[in-house]
Amino acid sequence: MTPRLQDIAEGLGDSAVRLGRTVRFMEVCGTHTVSFYRNGLRALVPDNIRLISGPGCPVCVTAQRHIDAAIELARGPRVLIATYGDMLRVPGRSGSLESSRADGADIRVVTSALTAVDIAAECPERTVVFLAVGFETTAPATAAAVITAERRGLENFAVLMCHKRVVPAMRALLDAGETRLDGFLCPGHVSTIIGAEAYRPIVEVYCKPCVVAGFEPAQMLEGLARLVRQASREEARLENVYQAVVSDAGNAVAQRLMCQVFVKADAPWRALGEISASGLELAPAYRRFDAIERFGIALGEDDDNPACRCGEVIQGLVEPGECPLFANGCTPLSPVGPCMVSSEGTCAAWYKYNGQSAGRAAVRIGGGS
Amino acid sequence: MTATHISSRVSDRVMLAHGGGGELTSELIEAHFLPRINNPALAPLADGAIVPIGSDQSVVFTTDSYVVTPLEFPGGDIGRLAVCGTVNDLAVMGAEPLGLSLGVIMEEGLSLDVLDRVVASIARAAREARVPIVTGDTKVIERRGNEGLFLNTAGIGRLRPGLRLGTERVESGDVILFSGRIADHGLTIMSVRAGIAFDSDLRSDAAPLADLISALSASGADVKFMRDPTRGGVAGVLADMCLRSGYSIEINEAAIPISPTARHAAEMLGLDPLTVANEGKLVCVVRREDAAKAIKAMQDHPLGREAAIVGRVTDAEPPLVELRTRAGGRRIVQRPYGEELPRIC
Repeated sequence: MTPRLQDIAEGLGDSAVRLGRTVRFMEVCGTHTVSFYRNGLRALVPDNIRLISGPGCPVCVTAQRHIDAAIELARGPRVLIATYGDMLRVPGRSGSLESSRADGADIRVVTSALTAVDIAAECPERTVVFLAVGFETTAPATAAAVITAERRGLENFAVLMCHKRVVPAMRALLDAGETRLDGFLCPGHVSTIIGAEAYRPIVEVYCKPCVVAGFEPAQMLEGLARLVRQASREEARLENVYQAVVSDAGNAVAQRLMCQVFVKADAPWRALGEISASGLELAPAYRRFDAIERFGIALGEDDDNPACRCGEVIQGLVEPGECPLFANGCTPLSPVGPCMVSSEGTCAAWYKYNGQSAGRAAVRIGGGS
Repeated sequence: MTATHISSRVSDRVMLAHGGGGELTSELIEAHFLPRINNPALAPLADGAIVPIGSDQSVVFTTDSYVVTPLEFPGGDIGRLAVCGTVNDLAVMGAEPLGLSLGVIMEEGLSLDVLDRVVASIARAAREARVPIVTGDTKVIERRGNEGLFLNTAGIGRLRPGLRLGTERVESGDVILFSGRIADHGLTIMSVRAGIAFDSDLRSDAAPLADLISALSASGADVKFMRDPTRGGVAGVLADMCLRSGYSIEINEAAIPISPTARHAAEMLGLDPLTVANEGKLVCVVRREDAAKAIKAMQDHPLGREAAIVGRVTDAEPPLVELRTRAGGRRIVQRPYGEELPRIC
C-alpha cells in the first residue's frame, strides 16, 4: 500500500469511529462497484460505512422489452446487430443475443458506435442496427455515429435507443423513498460528460452529499472519506475529488452532440419501471434512424422472473446474497437477472469476488456453484 | 424458477462462450465428451496425457487447435502460437518434446503470402524450441468468411526422468513462482481486435518454454507442479490448483510482474489481468527451501528474467485463492467462467 493510500485509509477509519453510527452511501457506477471488489477495498473500509451499489450498470438497467426487440430484429432477414459485448448474454423473454447468434443471427460485437457505421458501409445489403446502450458516457458516441451515418448517406444504419440518464435515476430512487441513503459516490466517467454540477439538485433539493470520484483505490477511499466527513457534520455539499478529469460543466462538445441528435424521453428501466425524462430518443430530424420505427417493432411487456430481485439490488434495498436465485440457478453462466450478466453488474461482482468479503471472512456468501 | 424461464435461457446449440476455457467449456466436455470417451490417460484432463510405453518409460502426448483472429499480431502469429502452445503443453507435463504434427485447414481465398509468412514463422518457432515438425496434413474448405486459416498441432515428448509433478505433491509452505510479466498475449490480441491502438510496446509473449523448464529442472530445485497459464490466465491455473490440491493459495498483487501498459490496457477493456491469456509464461510450485535456486535458474534464462515469487501455499480453510491487493485489501480469485467480454464504458 502506498503511503498516501495508507493515510487516506487511516483517515477514513478515524472519522468512521468518530461518526459512531452506520451510514449508507450509494455508488452509482458499475466501474466503482468492480474497482471496490477487485481491489479488495472492503477490507480497508470500516464496518459502519456501507457501500450500496446503485443502478449504475447500463446493461443491468436495460429493459427486457428492448432485449426482446433486439432479438426480434436479429432474427429478421438482412439485419445485422452491432452491440457492445456485455449485452450478449442478457436474457430476454426467449433466449439471448448470444443464443440467437448460435442459431444463425448475424450479431457483431463492437467497441464503438462508429465501428457499427463502418460495418453499415461495408454491408450495403443489410441494415445494421446498433444497440445504443449506456449512460451519458456512451450516448455522445451514438450521437456522433448517427451524424456520421447521415453525412455518409448510410440509410442502412439504425439504432435501437436504450440510453439512460444518471441523475433522473438518482432522483427517482430518492423520490421513491424506500432506499435509505446518506449520500452518493458519483461516477467518474459519466461526470466527465455531464459535469459535476449536474448533481447540484441532489445536494440542494434532496440534501444528500455528493462526491465525484475516480476509480483508483485512493480516489474511491478519498471520496468515501469526504462523504463521511459531510455526514459527521450533517452537511450536504457537492465535492469533486476527480478534478483532473471532471470539470464543473462537463464536456461541452459531447453535450452539444447529444442536444443535436437526442431529446429527453421517459424510459423503462429494468426492474425499476418507467422513469420520467430518464432516457433519450432520437430528435425528429434523426427519427428515421430509429430501428423500432423503421421495422415497426411493437415493444412488448417485460416478463421478468418474479423471484429475481435485481430491481431491489440496484435500488440498494437488498444485497445480492439475499436473492433466492443468487448462486442458486442464477450464475454468470446462466444469468436470470441482468445484474449477473455484465461484469459490472452488482450480482456478477459479488459472485466473482465472493460478496463483500474482506478476503476469506465472508467467503461463503458467493459460494461458487 | 418456472419452466419458461429455464427454457428461455438454454440454447440447444454450441455458443462461442463454450470455447472460452472457463466453466462453460468444462461443462461442455463433461456433458458431451466424457460420458462417451474416457479412460485413465484422459481422465485427469491435464495439458497432455502420460502414456506408459514399457515398465519404466512413458511418453507425453498432447494436441491443440488454433483459430486465433487476427492471424498475425504484434509479437507473433497463429503459426508461432501453434508451435509454442503444443511445446508448452508437453513441457509443463515434464516432457522433453520429440516431434510435432501440423494440420492445416485453409479457406479458399487465403493469401499465399500470408500462408508463407505463417509457415516461415512455424519453422522459426520449431527451431527455437528444437523440435521437428515430423508429419502433417493440409485441407482446403470453401470460403466461410473467417480469417482463412486454422491450425492443429499434436506433440509427443519423452517424460524427463527425475521430475515428479502433480497437485498431490503440493503442500502448505510451498512457494508460487511466475516466470515473467502476465497478460501480454491476451491483451495484445484483444486490443488489436477492438481496434484500440495502444501506442505502446504491448506484444504477445508467445515463446516455447521447454528450454526454460530444462534449466529449472537442472537447477535441482524441487518443482512440484507447473502450468502454462493460457486461456483463463493465472487465475484459472491457481484456482484449479487450489481445487485439485485442497490447499489455499495466497498471492501478493504487488509481487506479480506486469507491465504498466498491460495494466492500463486491462483497465481500459475492463478485464482482470489475472484472467487474461499468456502464451510464454510458467506458473510453478516449488518447495520453499528451493525458491532461491529456482528463481535464479529462471532469471538466468532469457525467458525468465523477470521471474518472481508471487505467493505461497497455505493450509487455511476453506481452500481458496486469495489475493492481497496492491491497495492493501484482500479478495478471492476465482476461475473465470467463460469468454471475458470487454465492458461497455
